[in-house]
Amino acid sequence: MSAIFQAIVARKPRSGSVLDPAFRAVTRFFAILVLGLVLAILGALIAGAWPALHEFGWSFLTTDAWNPVTETFGALAPIYGTLITSLIAMLIGIPVSFGIALYVTELAPRWLKRPIASAIELLAAIPSIIYGMWGLFVLAPLLANVVQPWVIDHIGDWPLIGVLFSGPPLGIGMFTAGLILAIMVIPFITAVMKDVFEVVPDVQKESAYALGATTWEVMHHVVLPYTRTGVVGGIMLGLGRALGETMAVTFVIGNANHINASLFMPGNTISSAIANEFNEASGEIYTSSLIALGLVLFVITCIVLGGARLMLARMEREK
Amino acid sequence: MIMEKIMHKLLAAALIGGALALLGSPGHAADVKTLNGAGATFPYPVYAKWADAYQQKTGVKLNYQAIGSGGGVKQIEAKTVDFGASDAPLKAEELQQAGLVQFPAIMGGVVPVAHLEGVEPGQLRLTGDVLADIYLGTVDHWDDPRIKELNPNLDLPDKRITVIHRSDGSGTTFIFTNYLSKVSGDWKKNIGAAKAVSWPAGVGGKGNQGVASYVERIDGSIGYVEYAYALQNNMGYTLLKNRAGHFVAPTQETFKAAAAGADWQHAQGFYMILTDQPGAKSWPITGASFILVHKKPTNPRQVQAVLKFFDWAYHNGDQMAAELDYVPMPQSVVKRVEQAWQQSIKGTAGQPLWPAK
Repeated sequence: MSAIFQAIVARKPRSGSVLDPAFRAVTRFFAILVLGLVLAILGALIAGAWPALHEFGWSFLTTDAWNPVTETFGALAPIYGTLITSLIAMLIGIPVSFGIALYVTELAPRWLKRPIASAIELLAAIPSIIYGMWGLFVLAPLLANVVQPWVIDHIGDWPLIGVLFSGPPLGIGMFTAGLILAIMVIPFITAVMKDVFEVVPDVQKESAYALGATTWEVMHHVVLPYTRTGVVGGIMLGLGRALGETMAVTFVIGNANHINASLFMPGNTISSAIANEFNEASGEIYTSSLIALGLVLFVITCIVLGGARLMLARMEREK
Repeated sequence: MIMEKIMHKLLAAALIGGALALLGSPGHAADVKTLNGAGATFPYPVYAKWADAYQQKTGVKLNYQAIGSGGGVKQIEAKTVDFGASDAPLKAEELQQAGLVQFPAIMGGVVPVAHLEGVEPGQLRLTGDVLADIYLGTVDHWDDPRIKELNPNLDLPDKRITVIHRSDGSGTTFIFTNYLSKVSGDWKKNIGAAKAVSWPAGVGGKGNQGVASYVERIDGSIGYVEYAYALQNNMGYTLLKNRAGHFVAPTQETFKAAAAGADWQHAQGFYMILTDQPGAKSWPITGASFILVHKKPTNPRQVQAVLKFFDWAYHNGDQMAAELDYVPMPQSVVKRVEQAWQQSIKGTAGQPLWPAK
């Protein structure tokens, strides 16, 4: 320690006066570069999407005709698919992630914590195409042969929600895609939740326990309020991944440009539509419509992130 | 227009990469060492095999990037490659506009494959009309009277038909939908023929592989794949009724029959889609894969070398093609192709590039 101190003191004062501003300039340049990059991407997307937006106007967002032969394009089906699959992923992913993070930080015996944490990190590192293949070859048959027939028989007739679980048990479709996405986002959300739960000062938790609070009450009244920003951030990270995920979804969603009430029917998402069709898209309007899809995804992501910021800001104010 | 050009450039950069651009640069072509082509995925295995044999014989290397037919057309228009390849032929006007020459290189067939418990490959018989209605979703059960009528000997279950189609744009889809448009008025009116269409029913799989795995997965499904793919995976191919009224199986022989019956002489710019061809033995969903080169190339020596390569393949590659379950072009067609080379492909001074010295 003292060696470093001596070195700093002994250093010629001049070197810092040149290097510090240079360092600041370089870091500022990098930071601005990121901002510029986002704007450049947005600009390129708008320029590329312009012919399609000019041709179709708002009907691009409100119709579900996706017909390369007649060159009429509407993005409603992929938008619907993107939102629904992400919603399913969040509905399943958030509670499970919360449970895992809670168990690892509060309840698990010490010897089990590390293996679970490592397993979660490992899951996060698996490339998405592996999830896709696993989904198609393992999960889809399981759903088609076991889960979906049972659900269709037992829930398919219920009023209101029955229609969500009707149709033939294909094993591929929106529900399967949502399930795969849930499995993919769980490691992300869990890792962030676990990390932020761990930074809660032990003193606060122990005080609550000392007052006779249960684990759940400590979680609800001490840990969650303390870590709100981090938890929401982790969820947003997962949602971002779910919205943009391409390969795994393409494998299992069935890639059909239709809007179906039933979750068991095939659908499409924005990113998998682009991945499927961009290579062979011929003609200005077709290519431009696919870029417009990209722009829509960009805007959706911005809205989600912006919404999260607003929500956080409101929470801060209420506190 | 500008946007389109930018797009082409972007695609070129993204797909081919810098290395290819370096290798393919025209100019110092005193001895052509490397040829660059890009396009259709369907003929890729046979081009690769030919290229390997050709390199061993002549030392000339062929780089073929299987980026898809649409990509192949874009690349050759942008002149980033020496030749493009497409499963769907360009129309004579399009060729004229882009200054391109087109010729068929290899043939194959598209085969409907069904997965139905108790039905063996080659047992199910369909007509084009019924196939179109299955894909339109109007015939949606296997025990539909129209299917039963064609298959009195089969015990067809009361099972829903799950239609499988390609989710990516594809030359295979083009050939298939072209056939359906020819045999079904409803299909032509409502859907049409293209590399990607607005499918009224079913599930989309990516690539032949995707369609095949969905068909294998789902009992009661029907899809369409390249012949080689159906054969190598032992899939449940169907018999189809051809224009002459006979039920035929997809084989080398029936593909060749379709090509032989075709009227190449009047096909301007070799615009020929071999679907629904006359002939007692013709397989109705046959298609050729095409090569595109510039009429007045800026890199004449490269293009000349491309012609040499395909000339060699026409005359020496039949066996290799057959081994991979492709169908080589009949010699009568090859003769026409080489005549067309001589007439329309010119060097910078206006001299024909073919026959090559």
